[in-house]
Parts: sequence; C-alpha cells; structure tokens
Amino acid sequence: MTVTVTWYLILAAGLFSMGVAGVMIRRNALIMFMSIELMLNSVNLTFVAISRELGLIEGQVAALFVMVIAAAEVTVGLAIIVAIFRKKASANVDELAELKG
Amino acid sequence: MGETITFIIFAAVAIAGAMTMLSARNPVYSAVGLLSTMFSIAIMYILLDAQFVAVVQVIIYAGAVMTLFLFVIMLIGVDNPGAYGARPIGQRVMTWIVAGVFFAALVLAGRQAWITGSSALGGADLTGTIENVADELFGTWTIVFLASVILLTIAALGTIALAYFDRADPDGEPAP
Repeated sequence: MTVTVTWYLILAAGLFSMGVAGVMIRRNALIMFMSIELMLNSVNLTFVAISRELGLIEGQVAALFVMVIAAAEVTVGLAIIVAIFRKKASANVDELAELKG
Repeated sequence: MGETITFIIFAAVAIAGAMTMLSARNPVYSAVGLLSTMFSIAIMYILLDAQFVAVVQVIIYAGAVMTLFLFVIMLIGVDNPGAYGARPIGQRVMTWIVAGVFFAALVLAGRQAWITGSSALGGADLTGTIENVADELFGTWTIVFLASVILLTIAALGTIALAYFDRADPDGEPAP
C-alpha cells in the first residue's frame, strides 16, 4: 500500500474543512485567525502534492508565495486584534457590533 | 512501507492538532495544537520531496508565526471565556454539518478535476531543492517576487501605523 497524491489531497480537504468549522464555531478572534492559518496551510499542502504529482516546480513556488502573503496577513491581523483589544478589552468578535444598524 | 506509516502517523497528528485548536478552551492549547499541525505538514512536505518548502514551513510558521500568536495570547490574556461551549448547541451542530458537507464537496470536486485533468505522469521525479526552487523563483517569477517584497514592506508599515495611531488616541474617542 503506497501513499498516493489522493491521500494528501483528502488530508488537505479535511484540514481545510476543520479551518472552516473553526471560523464558524469560535468567537475568540485569535482562534478564528488560527483557523485561517490552518486553511492557508492545507491549501499549501495541495499545491505541493500536485507539484510532486505533475513534476512541476511551480506548485512549490506558489506555496512559497502563499507563505509570504500569510506572513504579511498575520502581522496586520494581529496588530488589528491588539488595537481592538486595547479599545474594548475583549477579543470576542460577538462584542464588536458598532456597525450594527 | 515506511512512507505509508509516516504518512498515517503524521496525518493523525495533524488532525488531532487541528481538533485541539478547534475545541480547546485555553487559547494557548489551541496554539500548541496548531503548532503540531504545522510540524506535521512540514513532515508531509519532506515526504513529497519538497525539502526547501519544508524548511521554510518550520522557520516561518512553527517559528515566527506561532511565536507571534503566543506573544499576542500572552499580551491579551489567556483566561478568555469565549470557548467552544459558548455557542448554542444548534449552532455547533449546524457548523459541523456545514463543514462535513463542505468536505464532501471538496473531495468530490477534486476527484472530478483529478480524473479529467490528470495525465499519466504519476510520481514524476522532482526534488524541491533550493536550487530548483530558486531557478523558477528568480527566473520566471522575478516580478512577482519583487511585488511580494513591496507587500511585506507595506504590511510592516501598516502595523507601525496601527500601533502609532492607537497610542495617539488613548481613550477610545473616534477620530474626527
């Protein structure tokens, strides 16, 4: 029994779905953010698996670019969470309802 | 055979880490669960012969990003009651149903694309050494690489701006 690319794709789909569930189920902004990181990682896994299967290096380059975007996103996102926390003393997204009509 | 065993072990670790991240009440446990998932994904990259991406995964995600997350968790406090059980039960059930349907849809869609889009290259001989990746990165994608440099600079400036304007406006008054 050898590991085929399908196994990696199914694992990546599972991790992505768990990230989706995390964004929907948690109300702590930090953990929602971690779920987004999990989704980015699972997409990277599909890129690298497909890269290996097709023999194209572009998939790995795409994974590197996704990591660059994720690093930029983490800096700005965490700065926003900290700024909100200093105003509201809470990281609970349900309490951020100022735009509610 | 060794590859199969390694895959199964680290796939289990990745899924267990993701479940820990989803369900832990303490955000530190969530961060540690995500950390183990990141490490398992790095192992997957090594199994897929993508050594450079694996090293970058460990340095950036397990090193930098998760450390930053832990810093922020320590900064804003770990005793946050916004835990898994805080949502109403119906919402949790609905979430898992939606996530399950989403997973099934992903697998089905991927399977269809795979059957129509695949060629018979199966397991082509490709090793993601630094040399191979850099040839592609600095040969074909130079402009994109430079754009990502600009993006990172802008992200750093944006973070500084957020911290600065927050300090200039300490008592939460909306800016005029």
